Parts: sequence; C-alpha cells; structure tokens
Amino acid sequence: MFETLSLGALQSYWWIIISLLGGVLVFLMFVQGGQTMIYTLGKTERQRKMIVNALGRKWEFTFTTLVTFGGAFFASFPLFYSTSFGGAYWVWMGILFPFILQAVAYEYRSKPNNLLGPRTYEIFLFINGALGTLLLGAAVSTFFTGSLFSVNKLNLVNLADPAISRWEGPAYGLEAVLNWRNVALGLAVLFLSRVLGVLYIANSVSDEDIHRRLRKQLLANSVPFLVFFLAWLIALMVMPGLGVNNIQGNTIGWEPYKYFRNLMDMPLVTVCLAGGIIAVLTGIGFPLFDFLKNGSKGIWLAGPGTILTVFALFCLAGFNNTPFYPSTWDIQSSLTINNSSSSHYTLTAMSYVSLIIPLVLVYIWYSWRSINRKKIDAAEMESGEHTY
Amino acid sequence: MPVNIDYSLVDWSRAQFALTAMYHWLFVPLTLGLSFIIAIMESVYVRTGNEEWKRMTKFWMTLFGINFAIGVATGIILEFEFGTNWSNYSWFVGDIFGAPLAIEGIMAFFLESTFIAVMFFGWDKVSRKFHLAASWLTAIGANLSALWILVANAWMQYPTGMKFNPDTARNEMQNFWDILLSPVAINKFFHTVTSSFILASFFVLGISAWYLLKNREHLLAKRSMMIAAIFGLAAALGTAFTGDGSAYQVSQKQPMKLAAMEGLYKGSYGAGLVAFGVLTPAKIAGDGKDPFLFRIEFPKLLSFLGYRNPDAFVPGIEDILRGGFNPQYNAVPKQELSAAISIDEKIARGRLAIAAFGAYRQAVSVKDSLKASEAGKTLQANFPYFGYGYLESSKAVIPSVPLIYYAFHFMVYSGLYFIILLIVLLFYLHNDRIEIQRWLLRCTLWTIPVAYLASQAGWIVAEVGRQPWVIQDLLPVSAGVSKIGSSSVQLTFWLFAIVFTVLLIAEVMIMVKQIKLGPKNGGAH
Ligand code: HDD
Ligand code: HEM
Ligand code: HEM
Repeated sequence: MFETLSLGALQSYWWIIISLLGGVLVFLMFVQGGQTMIYTLGKTERQRKMIVNALGRKWEFTFTTLVTFGGAFFASFPLFYSTSFGGAYWVWMGILFPFILQAVAYEYRSKPNNLLGPRTYEIFLFINGALGTLLLGAAVSTFFTGSLFSVNKLNLVNLADPAISRWEGPAYGLEAVLNWRNVALGLAVLFLSRVLGVLYIANSVSDEDIHRRLRKQLLANSVPFLVFFLAWLIALMVMPGLGVNNIQGNTIGWEPYKYFRNLMDMPLVTVCLAGGIIAVLTGIGFPLFDFLKNGSKGIWLAGPGTILTVFALFCLAGFNNTPFYPSTWDIQSSLTINNSSSSHYTLTAMSYVSLIIPLVLVYIWYSWRSINRKKIDAAEMESGEHTY
Repeated sequence: MPVNIDYSLVDWSRAQFALTAMYHWLFVPLTLGLSFIIAIMESVYVRTGNEEWKRMTKFWMTLFGINFAIGVATGIILEFEFGTNWSNYSWFVGDIFGAPLAIEGIMAFFLESTFIAVMFFGWDKVSRKFHLAASWLTAIGANLSALWILVANAWMQYPTGMKFNPDTARNEMQNFWDILLSPVAINKFFHTVTSSFILASFFVLGISAWYLLKNREHLLAKRSMMIAAIFGLAAALGTAFTGDGSAYQVSQKQPMKLAAMEGLYKGSYGAGLVAFGVLTPAKIAGDGKDPFLFRIEFPKLLSFLGYRNPDAFVPGIEDILRGGFNPQYNAVPKQELSAAISIDEKIARGRLAIAAFGAYRQAVSVKDSLKASEAGKTLQANFPYFGYGYLESSKAVIPSVPLIYYAFHFMVYSGLYFIILLIVLLFYLHNDRIEIQRWLLRCTLWTIPVAYLASQAGWIVAEVGRQPWVIQDLLPVSAGVSKIGSSSVQLTFWLFAIVFTVLLIAEVMIMVKQIKLGPKNGGAH
C-alpha cells in the first residue's frame, strides 16, 4: 500500500508524523511545567507529595515521546539528525542532561538513604522543567530563524576530515540563545508548560488549598506565555524566510513574508493554527473565569489546542517548499524535507510501522483510564501503596 | 597519501560512548531478566492466590523499579549520541540504522513505560488478571527494546541488506528482513538476553542467599532461589549455546576479532583453542615473538568451533595483514570466495572507491554521464573496501589484543562456572539443605559481581573487537565522528562520568537499604 506512494508523498506523510509527535511532546511538557512549581503550589510536605505523584505518573510518557521523537526523526530525516545533533551539540546536551536527572528523581526522591536528599531530587526536577522547556523551545525556533551550518557530501573524499555536516558557529549551537526570537519561543514554551501543568494538576489532584493557588498561577503564567508567544508569532509573520524557488527544486533563496505566505497558501494549516490557539485560549479562559467549576476541564481544551498549534507550526516550517532547517551560513545547505529524508524503501517500511501507532494510543488510553479513575488525594498518599 | 586525523576528537568520542554504554549496560541486563522473574512469581500468585507470593512479587518489584529508573536515565543519552558524536556515521548509514531505533521507541518503549505504570500503581485499581498481563507486557516490552537495538548493533558488525548510493552519499536499505533476520542479529539477540537472564538470576539468588545467611526471610528466600535457579540454569545453557553461535559468526564475518579473542597471530590448519594462557606483554604483529608466555590448548577445537571443521584454516592477525590464504569465511556479503587480499591492497582499493565517488559527483555536476557511469562502476566494484581508504596504515586494523583476549576468556570461564554453580544450587535446593551450606550461600552472594563483570566483558569483546570499524569494513571510527571541538567532547565526557557515578552510588545505597529493610517494609511501597 505504501510502496505505491511517491517519495514526495512519503516525505510529507513522515513530516506530518514528526509534526504530530512534536505537538504531543510539547503538550506532555505539562510534566516539566509542573515540576517548576512544586514549591509554589505545595506549601506542606503532603501537598508537595501529592503534586509530585500526580506528575510522576506521567513523566515516562513525556520522556518516551522525546526518545521516540528523536528516533523517528533519525529514521525519516537522517540528515537533520546528523546535522543538528552533531552540530548544535551544546543545545542538545543542554536539553538531554536535565532529562537524565529527571529520570531518577521521581523514583529516588522519597526513598530512604538516597545519598543526595529529597531536596536535591526536587532541584533536579526543577532544572529539568525549566531548562528542558526553554531550550527545546529555542531549538524549535531555529527551524525558522536558521542556524550556522554547512552540508557538503563531497567532503567524504577528504580522508583526514570527511565530515559531511559542519557547524560553522563558535558555540556549537548555543548561538541560538543570542537571537531574541529563539529566546521568546523558549520562554513561551516554558510558560505554556507551566499553564498546562496548572491545568493538569487541577484535573488530577483534589485538594482545596492547592486549587486556590493553582488559580493564581494560571493567571500569572498565562500572561507571559501570551506575550512571548504573540511577539514571536508576529515577528514570524513579518520576517523573510527561505524558499525553494526554482522548478528543479534545488536552488534556495530568500523570500519576503515567507511564513505569512505559507499560511495563505495552506488554508488547512491556517485553520489548525487558529483552531489550536483558540482552543488553548478557551482552555485557559474558562477556568480563569470560574476555577471551581471549570478548573479541572481546562486541560481537555488547552492540551489538544497545544498539539494543534505546534503541529501547524511544524507544517509552516516544512511544507510549501520551505526548508525546515535553514542555514544562514550557506543557504544552499538548508535542509528541506526532500533533501534530508530517508530512501523510498526505508520510508515505506517505516510507514508500515507507523500503523501500530493507533494501537499504542489505544492501550495507553486504556491503561491510564484504569489507574486514574480516582483523583489523587491526601488519603491515597498514606495508603501504603507505591508512591514517589 | 598522508592522512592526518584529529585523534584526540576520535578518542574522546569513543571514550564517551564507551562510558555511557557501559553505564547503561550496568542496569539493562537486570531489567531484562528480573522483569521475567517477577512475572513468573506473580503468575504463581494469581494461580494460587497465596499472599506470600504477592509479597515476594512486590519486594522484587521495588528493586526492579530502582534499577529501571537509572536504566532509563542512562539510556536516553545513548539514543542521541549517534547524532551528537557520530554524525557522519548517522548520515552514512542512517537510512538503515535509524529505523530500528524508531521502531524500538514506537513498539517497545511505550509498551514498557505504559505497563510499568500499571505494575506499580495498579495493584488495587485493576483486576488481578490485568495486572498480571501488565507485568508480562513490561517484560516483553523490555526485551523487545533489546531486540531492536541489538539488530542495529548486529548490522554494524555485519552490514547487509543495503547498497551504497553515490547520489545521496549514503548506504540505503534494500531488504529489511535481511537486516532483521541476519544470523549475526539472531545470535546476538539471544545471547544477550539469555546472558542477562543469568545476571538477573544471580541477583535474586545472591540477595536471597544473603537473607539465609542472616537467618531472615526463609520462605521468601528459598522460593525466590528455586525460581531463579531454574530460570538461570535454562538461561545459562542458552547462553553457552548462543555464545558458540556468536563465536561461529565472528569467525565467519569478523576474522580479525576472532584472532584477537584467541591471541592468534600466526594462523594454522586445525587450530587449537586456548584453554588457559598468559599473553606476552608488548607483543606487536610481525615481531616474531611467541604471543604467549604460557598456554594450554585444546587441539583443533578453534577450527571446529569457527568453521565446523576440525582441519579448517583459521587466519591469525599476521595472515590477515598479509593476505594470500584461502579464506573459508566470507567477510563481505555476496562476494566470491578467492584468496584473501592483503590489508595494504584493501586500503588501495578503498582509496580507489573514495576517489571514484568524488569523480562520480564531479561528473554528475557537469552532466557528463559517460564519466559518471564509469566512475560509478569503479566505485561499486571497490565499495566493499570503502572504509579501508580512510586508514593511515595496515596496522590500524588490529584492535587491542590483550583487552579482547582476557575479556573473552573471562566471559567464557564465567559462563562455565555459572552452569556448575547453578546445578549445585539446584541440588541443595531440591533436597532442602541449602541453609546449612553456608559456603555455598556466600559463594552465591559473591557471584553477583562476577555476573556483572562477565556481561561487561562480553560487550568489550564485541565492541573493542571490531575496532577500528564503526561499520565493519565500510567506515572507521575516525570517519564516523562528528566534527566538533574535542574540548567540548572532553567536557561532556567528564560531566557524564561525574553524574553517572553519583547516580550509581545513590542507586546502590537505595538498593542496599531496601534489601536490608526487607520485604516487610520495602515490599509495601
Ligand atoms: C553473563 C554474561 C555472559 C556470559 C556468561 C557469556 N556471555 Fe558472551 N556475551 C555477553 C555476555 C555473556 C554479552 C554481554 O551479552 C555479549 C556482548 C555483545 C553480545 O552480543 O553479547 C557477549 C558477546 C559474546 C561474543 C561476541 C559477539 C560479537 O562480537 O558480536 C562471543 C563470541 C561470545 N559472547 C561467546 C560466549 C561464549 C562462548 C560463552 C560461554 C559460555 C559466553 N559468551 C558466555
Ligand atoms: C549496552 C551495551 C554496550 C556496551 C557496554 C558497549 C561498549 C562499548 C565500548 C567499550 C565502546 C568503545 C570501543 C572502543 O572505542 O574501543 C563502544 C563504542 C561504540 N558502540 Fe558500543 N556497547 C554497547 C552497545 C552498543 C550498541 C547496542 C550499539 C549500537 C546500536 C553500540 C554502538 C557503539 C558505537 C557507535 C560506538 C562508538 C564507535 C566505536 O568506538 O566503535 N554499542 N561501545
Ligand atoms: C545491548 C544493548 C542495549 C540493550 C539491551 C538495551 C535495552 C534497554 C532497555 C531494556 C531499556 C529500558 C530501561 C531499562 O531497562 O533499564 C533501555 C532504555 C533505554 N535505552 Fe537501551 N539498551 C541497549 C543499548 C542502548 C543503546 C546503544 C541506546 C541508544 C540508542 C539505547 C537507548 C535507550 C534509551 C533511549 C532508553 C530509555 C528509553 C525509555 O524507556 O524511555 N540503549 N534500553
């Protein structure tokens, strides 16, 4: 069935999957957002324990999604994987390192004799929450603002120095944070994850005291999120972007208002973006209006809204003859979904594998429902069952 | 043609991969084996309804969870290191290598992380049957994740099912099933998981032995030992069998690795297997010294194990350098068998292939299709030696013999020792006389570190043994590395070394504490 699709169609299919995974990943970052607010929301040991446990039951999904996102990107667009990871070394190390700390933090935090003390593990969670979201947002922003790298396959003949992709910036990726747009998106993702964290905790913990503070935090984080996100989005709409602009599809040049034009050219993406943003706004708005009544429902709107928004942004970055990984060092080196993808054979094989994704979603859904039927409350924390 | 490679970058990148992989591998084998042991215990609980079995299951599950967390922590970095530190490799083979990693995420990691949550949080929330299913699915998920990563690794040792495409400058997948079902992959998978089952069995056996030595938890300890000993013995026999299969594959596909495993410099017909031997220090290929200070051999066994023929010729390191013998192995897929060519000749052909690749791209860019097709033919004819073109000299193909030799022999001795110990343990368990055999209990406890060392040794054989290749014959480590400052890699190396060491200490302290607390307290959490 997939064999009959053209290479271009398979590339588009895989870009859609990558975009969806990216959207799901940002949504699941509510875990990270929540991790930055353990002390803001929990004033007693027991409250903090409830919050940590609410987040702790979901951390593996964010983590596994990140791993799968990396693997799927590798399998479908290997030139991106090698160029970006092998070049923007410090950005990716900065993202991954906090995840190492996170992975042990939940399990070890409350165990006796844990060497570092619970406080240290909570700091690990905070570092993961803050740095992970900020840098990931900044990294995604470079999909639009560009990076300093070159790609030349003829380098393979240089026996002493055959690297095909080279980073041409001095800081191996940390240059990204010198661009205010990247920082703006980084901060937007950070505050969005905190907003989502608030809504998730509202949905899964029942404790009046925590809920009072959640409401305050919802407002306090929604405002900066909106400011940074809208500033970034407006800047994106007016900036020039790279486009593949000849018929052979191999010359890349600057085009004014490129991303705005992408929106005009792809109405479906525009609908997704608008729908996503509206869903996020209503997901925040209703609870702000009446937290008692709507607080625990916000996540059901803001979550899917986040997925849709990020999905649309990835589509803007990669479709409509746009290089999704622009090089501002040598624009002809920029990566498009056409010049960076796997072969027809591999994409076909992977497309068959992608058919099991719905099955995966079904069993995740079923398992979550069966262990989350009841909200976390103080009583459960003391019941002697497994807790973090 | 002089080749001046930045070795400091290559060496730090290798060191970092070795460090992170070896740390990851400290935790993974226990996950692979203990998950099954727990599932078996829980199955007994569900069948009998006996609460004591539930208590046991929960106790081992607590230890499993502590180990699992740090296994995950050390794993994430490996996934991305292919890109961060081996980016040229990631492009050169990404069309083949990326797929198993992605499948691992989609198929295995989600399975594992979903059902592990049910395992830990579901006791009172889901039905007994569903909980049991979750435990089994966690074990299956963990072992599936091993499958895919090992398929990827096997392909690096024995590249198959692909073709080099000069237009994209990479190898492209031609046949997924050749990659999944390659004999190297099959042996590797079964050998790795069965050896991990041994390790997990000794973990359970050793801790239970400690309880018996401390005169505590008799029932739990003896029942756990029974299950672990049976499971472990089956695994140990499987390990020996698949280990032999692995050695056979190595002889066929990576003769240099085999020569290093056996310290074999000069090959011979009817070669013997070294049962015990001490290597001559500072031996260099071609210096004429006896490679061994001392050795005891099983005559003809190496030829038999390597080629299933007691009189077969097994090439030594010097033979491989020189070429000229008639190989019974077939290192390059689908190649005609003929007298082996020397390494110098392979280097020359590799450089021919690389130059032809350059000529091909040049010709294509000026649309000279005649030249392009000629260069393309030269390239394909010499492609099996592509990687040799990057080597500075023929000696570069010799890996570190002492490390591989001793690691290999340590692994094999341990394997035999495990089989004997497990049989003895089963004998005393069966007669219910295990408690009074205090020497045996102590010995079992101290076998835990031996199992870990044997497991690490196996990977040293596999990975150091394939040096200088990152992809056998096609890409040496020096050509696979990412072009970044070696000081950056050095810095991350030390960061990982410090963080992983601190986390390891924390893990061991927590684990020891939980074991001391015992199932009464620990089991409930
Ligand atoms: C408890 C651990 C353990 C034990 C007792 C053994 N092995 Fe092993 N061995 C491994 C753990 C291991 C491993 C860690 O799982 C390796 C590393 C790579 C691999 O495929 O499995 C391995 C690799 C490995 C290789 C290299 C494969 C390659 O390079 O691709 C060979 C030839 C053997 N083993 C052979 C044996 C033999 C003949 C044994 C005798 C009983 C044996 N092993 C016991
Ligand atoms: C978890 C068990 C493993 C251990 C303990 C291990 C150990 C090692 C060691 C010791 C080295 C350094 C070799 C040297 O430089 O001399 C190494 C290198 C490497 N290994 Fe592994 N390895 C493991 C699994 C894997 C797997 C499954 C893969 C691939 C799928 C892999 C890919 C690599 C790569 C790319 C390098 C760097 C290049 C090189 O030095 O060859 N390893 N590993
Ligand atoms: C013999 C080699 C390996 C085996 C058998 C193996 C197996 C496993 C298993 C069973 C886990 C689950 C966590 C744990 O149990 O400890 C795991 C975690 C992980 N491994 Fe490995 N691994 C190996 C080497 C590697 C390598 C070379 C990579 C890099 C691609 C890697 C990437 C990961 C990642 C990313 C995780 C965390 C994923 C998650 O659960 O979210 N592993 N591995």
